[in-house]
Amino acid sequence: MEMMRKERIDRGIKVRTEGIYAISSYREILYLMGPRLLLIVGVLVLPLFLELVPYWKRVINIMFVYSLLALAFDFLANYVGLVCLGGAFFVGVGGYLSAVFNVYLHLPVYLSIPLATIFGAVFCTITVLPCMPLRGVYFAIVTLMYPLLATRVIEALNILGGTNGITGVDSFPHEYAEQYVIIIVMLLFLFGMRRFVNQDIGLVIRGVKDNDQAVRASGISVTYMKSLAVFIASFMCCFGGAYIAHLYMWAGLSLFALDFSIIPIASVVIGGGGTLVGAAIGSFILVPLSEFLRFFGTFRIVIYCAALTAFIVLKSEGLMVYLQRKYHQFERWVRV
Amino acid sequence: MEIIIYGVINSITLALISLGFTLVYSISRLPNFAHGALYITTGYITWLLVNKLEGFPFPFVIFISIAITCIIGASIYRFILIRIRGMEISEIIATYAIGLAILEGLRWGGLRGMTFTLPTFSSGTVNIFGTNIDHQRLIVVGIGICTFILLYLFTHFNKIGLALRGIAQDERAAMMLGIDSDTTAIISLAIGSGLAGLAAVVILPLGNIIVEAGYNVLIFAIAVCVIGGLGSWAGTILASFIIGFAQILTEVFLSSHYQMVVALLAIIVTLLIKPSGIFGKQKELEERV
Repeated sequence: MEMMRKERIDRGIKVRTEGIYAISSYREILYLMGPRLLLIVGVLVLPLFLELVPYWKRVINIMFVYSLLALAFDFLANYVGLVCLGGAFFVGVGGYLSAVFNVYLHLPVYLSIPLATIFGAVFCTITVLPCMPLRGVYFAIVTLMYPLLATRVIEALNILGGTNGITGVDSFPHEYAEQYVIIIVMLLFLFGMRRFVNQDIGLVIRGVKDNDQAVRASGISVTYMKSLAVFIASFMCCFGGAYIAHLYMWAGLSLFALDFSIIPIASVVIGGGGTLVGAAIGSFILVPLSEFLRFFGTFRIVIYCAALTAFIVLKSEGLMVYLQRKYHQFERWVRV
Repeated sequence: MEIIIYGVINSITLALISLGFTLVYSISRLPNFAHGALYITTGYITWLLVNKLEGFPFPFVIFISIAITCIIGASIYRFILIRIRGMEISEIIATYAIGLAILEGLRWGGLRGMTFTLPTFSSGTVNIFGTNIDHQRLIVVGIGICTFILLYLFTHFNKIGLALRGIAQDERAAMMLGIDSDTTAIISLAIGSGLAGLAAVVILPLGNIIVEAGYNVLIFAIAVCVIGGLGSWAGTILASFIIGFAQILTEVFLSSHYQMVVALLAIIVTLLIKPSGIFGKQKELEERV
């Protein structure tokens, strides 16, 4: 019997665009820029299209927040090796801080969000600091408890509005400001992170994941690198939380809810871990889907988890890696 | 006196809860985040059987529901985890997702409110040193101690148990001696789920079957395991006594809101002072730091 196997070869245009020839013709430039432009322009134009269906505007805002969270999870899990099951903690800290700044200290929106982001990230990094020596399972276990702990502490001490939360947070001055703030921040972080992981410091951070003993042997503090990574990730999440607090004009215990931990993980797995863009794409798929499934109530989480498990087991590379492969390579059958 | 008695009961409850988690992790290095979900599932199955199959005696129903949980645990490994074994991140996410799916599925399926209770084995109280204690709590203590002894005998004087310990100590050497890693992992998950089920059947009659209990069980199991040193049995029992007494003391002197806080603070303090847990000497450098 004749044996055949599938062979994958890089497209010619991919090989050409890797070198200086990238700028030799419009076709090559388009090949390089096309997917990026498609994403950027598509995302920027989206709110204009949604003038037709105003209800979905809210969904879109939340979708971008989730893509920010997914980006943070992807960065932590696949570049630093810290699986953080408690992303909701970062969101909650950001949200509560910005509500405190806005309601108790009467700062305007354009001050409270950045301040909450920065102080929130510092606060999160300090609270996660004791767990820094941990890795793998241990880190996942401990971070899983952080949001629950925060909920219990707020309930028990009855601070920050207790179970009612902090109400009366200012909303954004204009509808378009509300939408484009999150879109632009998301795009900045997306492309910024893609650059960051290839910088020198990014390479060291990736070294922490692959072999932290080697990093330590090189005289670099592993704990410092990990806390830097957690700072960056919690920075993104705190921004998301602060944004949500202003979007809903309310900061409450639901900011620590399970959704903020599980949906980003699901979107990273579906989009393709380690690609960063995949995380964003995954949440572009999952969050509208969750809106359609609103009818089912908590059954949504079951559907997510089933999809998550199926993707991990059957298609662990994720959508984005698959698409990238199709874009850069072609396949053909060859005789063995 | 009351503090000591309830402290002991609470400690043994915690140990019973976390035994299954430790067992699975120590043998096959799988963090079974579905542990709490299996606990609640057993409670729910028992409830179903008690209310639907009224003719059968209660011990038989318990046996059936624990057996079903064992099968669920084994099939989770056989059909899902076996494909992603060794990929740490995927293992964590997959078991967590399965656990969530089960718990939220049960919640959606109507497991809410106060209607779901299991019958106690024997109702009534005894008076020990001036403190009234339900029979059920004494049964929990008795079954807990029996389980420890049986597990010790099983892992030291039984061929399968010895094989499990072999895999736990050195997987490659054990495989060279003809012990199949996947089979032992299936067995360990089955036993671990069975232990979760056993804990559910004896502990749940003290309260209601609610979904939140699943999350709490998972968290306490993890807390106990981290403090005792993951994978160490003596550590698990000692740590459950530490947390158990700490919880009772906070409940008496502060308020019950702080129970979870105590567990987490204990974890953080342990991690700061001795990152590998009380008894976790093995592979300290490799795994944690």
